[in-house]
Amino acid sequence: MDWNSIINAASPELFLAFVGLVAVLIGAALKEKFAAVSLTFAAVVLLIASGLSLFLIDGGTAFGGLWETDRYTNLAKAVCYLCAAVSLILAENYLVREKLIRFEYALLVIFASLGMGIALSANDLMTLYLGIETLGLSSYVLAAFNRDSQRSSEAGLKYFVLGSLASGIILYGASLVYGFTGATNFDQIAAADFNMGILFGLVLMITGLAFKVSAAPLHVWTPDVYEGAPTPVVAFFASAPKLAAMIVFGSVMFEAFGNAIDQWQDVIVIISGASMIIGAVGALRQTNIKRLFAYSSIGNMGYALIALASGPEAGGAALLVYMVIYALSQLGIFGVILSMRRRGGMVEDINELSGLSTSMPWLAVCMTALVFSVAGIPPLGGFFGKLVVFQAGIEAGLWPIVIIGIIASVISLGYYLRIIMLIWGGEKQPAFQEMSGTVALTVTTATLLVFPVFVVFIGWMMALAGGNFTFG
Amino acid sequence: MGGFALLSFIIAMPAVCAILLLIVRKVAIQEGDSADHEARIAFLIGIVVSVATFLLSLIALAYFAHDSANQYQLVEDYYWFGGTADTDGNMLGGIRYKVGVDGLSLLLVLLTTFLTPLCFLASWGSIKHRVTEYVVAFLFLETLMLGVFCALDLMLFYVFFEGGLIPMFIIIGIWGGAERVYASFKFFLYTLLGSLFMLAAIIAMYLQAGTADIVELQAVIPQIFATDEGKFGVQHLLWLAFFASFAVKLPMWPVHTWLPDAHVQAPTAGSVILAGVLLKMGGYGFLRFSLPMFPEASLYFQPFVFALSVIAIVYASLVAFRQTDMKKLIAYSSVAHMGFVTLGIFSFTDTGIQGAIFQMISHGFISGALFLIVGVIYDRMHTRDIAFYGGLVNRMPIYAAVFMLFTMANVGLPGTSGFVGEILTMVGSFQAASWAAAGAALGVIFSAVYMLTLYRRTVFGVMTNEKLESITDLTKTEMIIFAPLVVATVVLGVYPQPIFDMAEASVQPILTLFSAYGG
Repeated sequence: MDWNSIINAASPELFLAFVGLVAVLIGAALKEKFAAVSLTFAAVVLLIASGLSLFLIDGGTAFGGLWETDRYTNLAKAVCYLCAAVSLILAENYLVREKLIRFEYALLVIFASLGMGIALSANDLMTLYLGIETLGLSSYVLAAFNRDSQRSSEAGLKYFVLGSLASGIILYGASLVYGFTGATNFDQIAAADFNMGILFGLVLMITGLAFKVSAAPLHVWTPDVYEGAPTPVVAFFASAPKLAAMIVFGSVMFEAFGNAIDQWQDVIVIISGASMIIGAVGALRQTNIKRLFAYSSIGNMGYALIALASGPEAGGAALLVYMVIYALSQLGIFGVILSMRRRGGMVEDINELSGLSTSMPWLAVCMTALVFSVAGIPPLGGFFGKLVVFQAGIEAGLWPIVIIGIIASVISLGYYLRIIMLIWGGEKQPAFQEMSGTVALTVTTATLLVFPVFVVFIGWMMALAGGNFTFG
Repeated sequence: MGGFALLSFIIAMPAVCAILLLIVRKVAIQEGDSADHEARIAFLIGIVVSVATFLLSLIALAYFAHDSANQYQLVEDYYWFGGTADTDGNMLGGIRYKVGVDGLSLLLVLLTTFLTPLCFLASWGSIKHRVTEYVVAFLFLETLMLGVFCALDLMLFYVFFEGGLIPMFIIIGIWGGAERVYASFKFFLYTLLGSLFMLAAIIAMYLQAGTADIVELQAVIPQIFATDEGKFGVQHLLWLAFFASFAVKLPMWPVHTWLPDAHVQAPTAGSVILAGVLLKMGGYGFLRFSLPMFPEASLYFQPFVFALSVIAIVYASLVAFRQTDMKKLIAYSSVAHMGFVTLGIFSFTDTGIQGAIFQMISHGFISGALFLIVGVIYDRMHTRDIAFYGGLVNRMPIYAAVFMLFTMANVGLPGTSGFVGEILTMVGSFQAASWAAAGAALGVIFSAVYMLTLYRRTVFGVMTNEKLESITDLTKTEMIIFAPLVVATVVLGVYPQPIFDMAEASVQPILTLFSAYGG
């Protein structure tokens, strides 16, 4: 065992796994006492893991080539852990009010994050599957975390059944790839001659991974899970696992099948176009804000897939930049959704936002900036995400998908503008209950990130994401 | 001017002050203060800031050297993102924060900073709810408009160009009339669709040229996308993408339909800025990008643009004649007058382009003034129905005189600035295509028909509607608003030369380029 390389390559994940397992024991022993501090504890743990990923940003190879990290994956990991930590901070107020505060919540988020870390570091189909399953199983339980709620249980069950099916499909695809190449290592798969058998395996893997990123036509679970699952869980789902799944999708395609890009490019282009259109059209008639943002996320995954379809040189950095901006602004948006609370519980109808600008002006300003950012209107951060993605697509010559993206952008403005109009022009409703300081802080920070931080430092982000970008 | 970022200062000032206004609002407004108090403070701050911005832009004018060898002056240039690093870590190419002005953009900057204080003055009293937000939105809009005219980087230009949609959307959507939501959505979606095609074209150009610097692009783009002997090529597609954006913005027939809705629903000041400045971005875009960067495509599409312009002039004039809503009538007249701008620009002659630039500036004053004129009686009677009015001259003699002046200016009477712009664009387009000039001349006649009809039906005649008995003449504030516009219209009508001198350095490179392509 080469401990040195293991520490360099995998210490954030080793740390998470160790602390997570110890915390299970502590939780079992202390029960309620631990539950009260578990969220803060887990947030700190995740922040440390995020710091570790940045500290050891150059990464390395470990476990006989099963595990490989570099600047790109470490950057993605750091943001994933950060998002997970923030989602825990967002959750606290909600869980206390809904009497859901149990220590398992924090641990599940830690294990889900561990799964993301493993999947992001994977350089082998087996590691990949291990990571995806760890993430998946934790997520199913999280979706059903409010077990007394019928909606939450339904969401968990749906997610579980469909998610396991997708995992099975990935596994079947992986076994076909293994069968026809004789290897599970990404580098060896890339080196093998491409044939029809591998193509079958590849398509099955794309299917499973497209489910995980909720790209059309495998998106159907998303609105139901978003609507049913507890809101802080959705805040988590919308940020970190989305980012991780998309980057993992990218690294599988680029690293293992990068040479066969002309074989899979069309598939990605089609699911990308379908996602953008379904995301844009599907959200138009939604009135539940969580469902609306579920469709919005489907559409946004479509944009990210343009970068994926453009291949590693044109699209690698763009994919990461787009997903980072997206994930962080989602935390802000769900912070706003979490603060939609009146006497008697959470409200989720978008009409409840009506007149927000008079009742809670600062929240209204933040939400406006965040929504315009997700819609991709300059000068906000989300625009620069779309810009790099379109740039990647055009560089790769994928004009049709860029044009579809443009049209879908305009259609999706239909519902984004509806939210803005309600906030600023609607009838005044009574103010929401006072939100907790941490939620307000998160929303403010996310707003400051989309404008002006991302805008001013976009060059720095691009350099960071693309600086050491070598695959294969 | 070494080292001092004058242009950045001008651009940023309104937005920074708007943010400060949002922050100090809580401090300045005490608990028991009435909404009036808040409104007064907000408007005062808005007026002070926008007047200061105007003065600053006058300083920029003072520093601007007419006879300098450099077309673009007061340039500031910083690296932003993209591009590649050389061995020393300096970033090459990429997208930069680069601002600077030439005569053309400085004229439009002055127009913007000149109209904004008038807008605040005009809104004082007619905007009664959410005044602070209104002022903030307007100040942000001013920053974004100034950015559009100062940007010397194509991507930066796009950011400002499309960013302007947000405050304008909010201004129409919140403080607009009864159908404001429909109008604001239509405005936003129309403009966005056009702009996104331009974005795709910008990215394609950036990838080919490795830079988004407008000055460099103007030099290299015609070569990179050169076509053989007038065949349809990539250049033509890029031209169409830019055209999609600017034609919607300008607006040209048949994509003008958002404009009447937006104008009718927008508050008076919103209409003034929309007609006065936002429409000019289209013309500015043609002059700054379409012509210098795609000369062959511009020549190729000249008859197409001429046809659309003539249709716009004739059709919009006829439609204007049938309107019963005063604002809608003026909105259609804007469409017609913008037709002259495109005619002039695409004539590729000195006279035509100078005339188009002049027409843009002059239309900024005249249409702005006309919307204010409608606003004056709308504030008093809360209707814009032409049939409601009549015989206003009996109660409002000063108003009638001001209205008369701008009616004549809109018709293009010699002695007003409207005449200079129209005659020059017609002369220019006559050199290029006599049929287009003939069509435009028809439009001038029609404009006299609808404007004089409007004037006769509202101002002259016997006052039959007894609700009008109590209507009062212009207040002092309103006179202060109209005075600079009256002066500008008459002075430029009599002595237009300063505008031509300023724009000359911007027009000459285009003419040189087109003489090389045989235009």
